[in-house]
Amino acid sequence: MSGASGRLAVKGKAASQGFAEGPLVRLERPPPRRRAPGGSAEEERALRTALATAAKHIAALAASVAGDAADILEFQLALLDDDSLVAPVFAAIAAGTSADDAWNAALAEQIADYRAAPREYLQARAADLVDLRDRVLAALSGEAAPLAAIPPGAVIAAADLPPSRFLEIDWSAGGGLALEQGSPTSHVAMLARARGVPMVVQLGALPESASIALLDGERATLELDPSVAEIAAFAARREAHAVESASACGALAAPPAQWRGEAVQLLLNIQGLADLSHPDARYAEGVGLMRTEFLFDDPSGLPGEEAQLQTYEAVLRWAGNRPVTIRTVDAGGDKPIRGFTEEGEANPFLGVRGLRLSLRRPEVFAVQLRALARAAMHGNLKVMFPMVTVPAEFTAARQLFLKALAELRAAGIAAALPELGIMVEVPAAALTIDAFPASFFSIGSNDLTQYVTACDRSNGALDALADPLNPAVLELIRRTAEHGRLHGIGVSLCGDMAGDPRAASALLRSGIRAFSMSAPSLGSVKRAIVALAAEGAHG
Amino acid sequence: MPDALNSENDIAKGRVQLVHAEGMHARPAVKLTKLAKRFKAEIAVRVAGADWIDAKSVAKVMAMRAERDSMIEFEANGADAPAAIAALVALVAQDFPDTAG
Repeated sequence: MSGASGRLAVKGKAASQGFAEGPLVRLERPPPRRRAPGGSAEEERALRTALATAAKHIAALAASVAGDAADILEFQLALLDDDSLVAPVFAAIAAGTSADDAWNAALAEQIADYRAAPREYLQARAADLVDLRDRVLAALSGEAAPLAAIPPGAVIAAADLPPSRFLEIDWSAGGGLALEQGSPTSHVAMLARARGVPMVVQLGALPESASIALLDGERATLELDPSVAEIAAFAARREAHAVESASACGALAAPPAQWRGEAVQLLLNIQGLADLSHPDARYAEGVGLMRTEFLFDDPSGLPGEEAQLQTYEAVLRWAGNRPVTIRTVDAGGDKPIRGFTEEGEANPFLGVRGLRLSLRRPEVFAVQLRALARAAMHGNLKVMFPMVTVPAEFTAARQLFLKALAELRAAGIAAALPELGIMVEVPAAALTIDAFPASFFSIGSNDLTQYVTACDRSNGALDALADPLNPAVLELIRRTAEHGRLHGIGVSLCGDMAGDPRAASALLRSGIRAFSMSAPSLGSVKRAIVALAAEGAHG
Repeated sequence: MPDALNSENDIAKGRVQLVHAEGMHARPAVKLTKLAKRFKAEIAVRVAGADWIDAKSVAKVMAMRAERDSMIEFEANGADAPAAIAALVALVAQDFPDTAG
C-alpha cells in the first residue's frame, strides 16, 4: 500500500447518511506493547489496576449515552465485576500465568461462546467482549487515554471500529467514518445513524492519510485528494441533500395530507429491520408492506418460528399502535430460495410462487403462520398473501392460519388471528375482486403492470412499454379502489409507483388514498400530494 | 457445623415466567445480577429443566439463553434468602422496571 496520498475514489456500502469533508485520519489501535511480566504478586496488582482503569473509562462513557449503547456498556461493566469471569483469571495468575495471557484466555473463551450462539443478538455481543478485552489489555500495557487528538471534522479511517471507540470520539465538530470492513447492520453503524454521523463501510484498503477526503454517505463513496471539479460536485450534492431533507422534514412533520376532503395515508415498505432506521421512517403512519423474503434468504436455511417471531415483534414494537402489514413469503419468480422454490420452471414469473408455493409447502408455511399468530398479540398486525389468483387460495390460507392458531392455543401459547388481506397483482384477482372475502387489499402495481402489459419487468428493452400509468393498469387500480370504497374495505397501493411523485395525481384520481413506499420517498410524495391538493383548491 | 443446626441457613425458592420481550438480553441480565449481588445469600438461577448457575454472574446469566416465556427458577441459601427470592421474582415478574438506585 503506497504511503503517498493521491487521488483515489472508492465505493463501499452506505451505513449512515450525510456528508463529511476534512482530512483523512487513520485511527488504529496501536499494537499492544508486550509487557514484560513480573512475579505473581506484581501481575495480580497490574490486573487489578487495569480492571479498575477500564471500569472507570467505561463508566464515564456509559454516563454520556443512553438506550442500547448504555445497556451494552453497563453489560461490559457488569462483566468486569463478575466473579465467575474474573476469579479464574486471578487463579491463573497465582499459578504463574502472566496477567495479559490469563485475561486473554478467559475472554477468548467467552468470545468463542458468543460467536457460536444461534442468535444474532448474542453473536453481536462477541464484538463488545473483544472491545472489553482490548480495553483491559491496553490498560495493562499502561496506555494513556485511548485517543490521540483528532482534528475536528476529520474523516476517520479504520479497518473496523468497536462501539465504545466510536462513543469516545467527539463528533460535535462534524466528521465522518470510513471503514475498510464493517457492516451497515453493526452496532457501531446504528450508533452512527443515531448520532447523524455519516458512515460508509466495506471500502477496502485505505491509505494512511490524505489532506482532503470527501465522504458521501448517500452514494457510499470516499474521494481522496479530489480535483477542484470533484470538490464542486460534492458541494453541490451536499447542498441539494440539505435542501431536500429540510423540505421533506417540513412536509413530513406537517399534518397528514388531504385530497378533496379525504385523508391520504402514507405508509412504509420495508424488507428488513434496518429500513426502520431511516430518519424519515418515523413519519410513516404505519408499515404498509413488510416483505418477509429476507428472513428466508439465509444461507443457513429456512428460519424457525422463534427467529421469525422476534423479527415480527421488533417491527410491531417500533410501530407502537400504528398498523403493520406483513406479507407472507413471496418466493419464486425472480426470488429463488434454496430448498423452497421450485427448480427448472420454464417460466418462473408465471410459476409456482407466492401463495401458490406456500400452499404447496404447508409445513414451511405453518411455521410462518404460527410466528405471525403469536406476533399478533403484540401490536396492530395485518397479514396479506401474495400472488393470489382465486378466492379458494385465500380460503385455504385462512384455514391453515386457523389450524395454526388452534394448535398454539391447545399448547397454551398466546396467539390471535390478525386481519387477513391479499395483494392484488394477478389480473384475474383484480377483475373478480368482489369474490374475495379479504379484510383489505394492497395493489402490487409492479407485478400487476408486468402481467397486464405482458412485459417482463427485468427486460430493459421493454422499459417504456411496462408502464404503470398505462390506462389498462389504472383501470384495474380504479376498480379495486372503487370496490373498497363501496364496501368499506381498505385499499392501499404498495408498488414502486406509490413512491413516485409523478404518479401521485393518477393514483389519487383512480381513488387510491393509502400509499406505501420506502422511507426515502415519503417526503417527495407527500409534497406532491400537498401541491396537487392546493392546485385542486384553486382549480 | 451441620446445616440443620445452623438457624441462619434459610433456603428459599421461587419460580417466575420471563415475560421480557427479547428474553434474557444484556439489560435484564445486568439488572438481575446487580439485584442478586445486594443479598448475602448464595443465589442460584436456572431455566426450568436446565443446570443451576450463579445468579450473581452476568456472564452465566446471559449464557442461560433464557427465551421469552420460559420458566425461571431461583434458589437462595443464607440469612436473607427469603428477601432475595421475593425481590428477584418481583423483578422478573414486573419485566425489569427502571427504578432509581
